Amino acid sequence: MNNTLNLLIGLAMGLNLMALGSGRLPSVIRTVAIQGMVLGVMPLLIEEHIQWLALAIAVGTVAVKGFVIPQLLQRAMRAANIDREIEPFIGFIPSLLLGAGGTIGAVAVARVLPLLPEHAGSLLVPGALASVLTGFVMLIGRTKAISQVCGYLILENGIYLFGLLLLKATPLLVDAGILLDLTVGVFVIGIIVDRIQRAFDSLDTRKLTILRE
Amino acid sequence: MNVILETVLRLAGWLLIAPLLPGIINKVKAWVAGRRGPPVLQLYYDLARLWRKGVVLSTLASPGFIAGPAIAWVAVLCAAQLLPLGPAGAALSFRGDVLLLIYLLATARFCTAWAALETGSAFEGMGTAREVSYAVLAEAAMITAVLSLSVHTGSVTLVTMLAPAAGAGAVLLGAGLFVVLLAENCRVPFDDPNTHLELTMIHEVMVLDHSGPPFAAILHGASMKLLLFALLLTEAVLPVGELSPVAAAGALAGGVLAVTVGVGLVESLLARFAFRRVPLLLTMAFLLCLFALLVAWKGGEA
Repeated sequence: MNNTLNLLIGLAMGLNLMALGSGRLPSVIRTVAIQGMVLGVMPLLIEEHIQWLALAIAVGTVAVKGFVIPQLLQRAMRAANIDREIEPFIGFIPSLLLGAGGTIGAVAVARVLPLLPEHAGSLLVPGALASVLTGFVMLIGRTKAISQVCGYLILENGIYLFGLLLLKATPLLVDAGILLDLTVGVFVIGIIVDRIQRAFDSLDTRKLTILRE
Repeated sequence: MNVILETVLRLAGWLLIAPLLPGIINKVKAWVAGRRGPPVLQLYYDLARLWRKGVVLSTLASPGFIAGPAIAWVAVLCAAQLLPLGPAGAALSFRGDVLLLIYLLATARFCTAWAALETGSAFEGMGTAREVSYAVLAEAAMITAVLSLSVHTGSVTLVTMLAPAAGAGAVLLGAGLFVVLLAENCRVPFDDPNTHLELTMIHEVMVLDHSGPPFAAILHGASMKLLLFALLLTEAVLPVGELSPVAAAGALAGGVLAVTVGVGLVESLLARFAFRRVPLLLTMAFLLCLFALLVAWKGGEA
């Protein structure tokens, strides 16, 4: 069970790097969607006794992160009429190297952290740290609003991975609440992207630095 | 006596089998495109034809123009002798021979580049610059791959390094080495071996002014290099050294065939990348090998 879990987390780490290395927005959105689905099935692997609530949360996570949010983002992308990140602040190769360095650093650091014995062999903590770092790199390094949303989603995936450590302690309703927040957040950002596009004829967030009356 | 016979057999095997690989690639490409394509043995005919032809020499060229391809060919052949063939082992094996393998391949590239610059043509200088700048990135990935194998097995001898399977990182290592293979052999996402448009070529533009026997040596050396990388990839991923001789021979042949068909399929389904996207792909290959190294390093402890 632990091996399958580690394999899935390794896959999520690989997807982090794919998201960092890709300049095409549809493929970034797809990568984030796949990562969300991979993380969504993890509670079922961790829980020994699968209850209907856990199952419902897993199905809900996969549905929302794998289908609803990508749909919203793709709609916003079509409305804004862009599909490429052309000139990011941090280039693709530097951001890939940063992400890889972060991932390796996360694996190295997690060995030193005082973890519970049952979490020592698992990749949960390094995976969470690596995803959070990747999310930060994408949030800082990209100029298009949609890429930044993808960075935010990866960041949230990292936090979700951390949450899996406490799966037995937190009620699953908290997870459901986070999921709802996330969906509403992306929904609102979808509308904002459309507004930015109408007001500025571009999604470049660098143009949003001046306040106007 | 036995040693001499074995060495002669190995040399003959490498020399005779290598030109088959480009033929298979071209056949796969023709098959995907729905054409009949050139015969699988086409490169043998080409080599025979080139061998009979005369050499056209530039008035600028020094003897290095002829010596370059010859040295490159010998270097690749020597590198091939270092590579173990499953349980049969290598013709020559000593501690640290993996470094010699890498440097022999680098020598071959240096000599091809040197011979290309001998012609004094601007095109060839351009192609050389491209080839060498990609080689820097591909070499980083290659050395990382070798390092991960060496960490995994705790050895720096090719025979013991390539004997067991690469373990958990095999998929990463295999993917990384495949990209290195494509880059080192100037196959499609990096260079198109079919095009003769000077502005987009890398390897082809370097050998544009060669003719006759030196050109035959270059073509044959390139096919040997392809075979060498295909074998290296197969042996890095599969535990060939631990199988029985018959099974190992089958695994090697199957692996090389699979890699060759894979190259053909990549070439049929992908377009050549724009130059500025190439470093990104090579960085990914480097990272794949780096993560294989991480798995080999940390996976051992857990």
